[in-house]
Amino acid sequence: MSGNMNLTLKVWRQKNSQAAGKFVTYKAEGISEDMSFLEMLDVVNESLTKKNDEPIHFDHDCREGICGSCSLYINGHPHGPKQAITTCQLHMRTFKDGETITIEPWRSAAFPVIKDLGTDRSAFDRIQQAGGFISVNTGGAQDANAILIPKVVADEAFNSATCIGCGACVAACKNASAMLFVSAKITQLGLLPQGQPERYSRVQAMVAQMDEEGFGNCTNTGACEAECPKEIKLTNIARMNNDYFSAKLFREQHANDHAGGE
Amino acid sequence: MSEFKQTFNSSLGKKLIMALTGLFLCTFLIVHLGGNLLLFKNDQGFAFNSYANFLTHFPPIEVIAYILYISIIVHAIYALVLTLKNRKARPVGYAVQTKSKASWSSKNMGLLGSILLLFIVIHMSDFWYVYKYDNVLKFKEYRTDLATNVTTVGEYIPATAEFERSISTENNVEIVRVKDIHARVQESFSKLWYVAFYVIAMGAVAFHLLHGFQSAFQTLGWVHKKYQPIVYFFGTWFFGVIIPLGFALMPVVYYFQSISK
Repeated sequence: MSGNMNLTLKVWRQKNSQAAGKFVTYKAEGISEDMSFLEMLDVVNESLTKKNDEPIHFDHDCREGICGSCSLYINGHPHGPKQAITTCQLHMRTFKDGETITIEPWRSAAFPVIKDLGTDRSAFDRIQQAGGFISVNTGGAQDANAILIPKVVADEAFNSATCIGCGACVAACKNASAMLFVSAKITQLGLLPQGQPERYSRVQAMVAQMDEEGFGNCTNTGACEAECPKEIKLTNIARMNNDYFSAKLFREQHANDHAGGE
Repeated sequence: MSEFKQTFNSSLGKKLIMALTGLFLCTFLIVHLGGNLLLFKNDQGFAFNSYANFLTHFPPIEVIAYILYISIIVHAIYALVLTLKNRKARPVGYAVQTKSKASWSSKNMGLLGSILLLFIVIHMSDFWYVYKYDNVLKFKEYRTDLATNVTTVGEYIPATAEFERSISTENNVEIVRVKDIHARVQESFSKLWYVAFYVIAMGAVAFHLLHGFQSAFQTLGWVHKKYQPIVYFFGTWFFGVIIPLGFALMPVVYYFQSISK
């Protein structure tokens, strides 16, 4: 697949987490407007490889917007200028022929750059491991319809569960705060009956881990909600705050009462 | 670390302190505006001066006043601590910054807050400090004929430096002698630059509360589909418009009164 778009790319190149990075300008030529943004980068990388240059490192996996691997801060927006899509779902027809595109990695102390545009997002994994699960012990599975869940509650939980953990919320936030991600995970479990037993220990464990990772603090600007590819709502953060304060101030469960704690 | 200390040292705990002190300061604004509306009473400062005396001599108000001062300081210090932490969370910034959908005031709370802190320091040193600790203010004597209810005003020179206020009745005439902070208000608001500074500061109040009021509810976790529109409406129209407009009108009206004399 080739096309007739010619673009100038300003790409952040950084050898490793310790090295200082800098922008390097590349020409992307013969790009089809039907390509995804990642396919465009593949074309550039192919030409770099042919020239014996180091290809641009970037994260990607499923390329259908559900895995949360791809990132890229494109022209000042995580996942590019379009709403509610990931970078792999971003098509080159979004850009004009001859345009200069600046591509940066997620910027956060908690997401150190591994190489070029790829960042280490394992901080999210550690937050999940601290409490983003339910403990299902032994026993036969009961009939699903035996547990009654109102439709609105199920919808709300499912909406929160669509979070793919890509980190765009952190990238978009002026404080590099992870609260939209953490609150989505807390909501997804906390709203459903299966998540109830560990609801108040979970929120404490996950917030404690979030703080430890060095993310910033939410100032309720709503930039995360605007940039989230899965349109996770800011109300989740309010729900997390509510659960956290009621856990800390009015309940006796501790963070380490959670099954995952030591 | 004790459980409570740990709670208030967490990211959410610090935000809770910001929200609670912020909302307390919001309630103070309502009372402060309500009381200061007496400035619009055309009685040569009788009601306002009596009110100022009441504020500084009623013990429960004194207690609340100190809670208020502490709230201002705590709100400012926590804002600073959180801002520094937030800066540390992004050591390398972005090369391309675009206009995000987040509101201007939500992104500039620190700047607006700094203007307000500067304003509070100047405002308190010009009125509160002068009233309580300086002896430069003169006294006024209001004589009200209880039969006709007509009040006449005159200067009063107290016999001792400790004098604060007296109320007495002679021949059916009520005599109230009280410190004249109203004259200070008139004098201060006759200066154009001073009036301009107050109006700018009230603009900062408007934008700070436009985001701050509803943001406090979000931080506390008090977000509910049924009540959120009310919070937004109240935060926008009451705290974002009516309160700052009411305050800003005081210096403006007094300035025009001073030049029309």
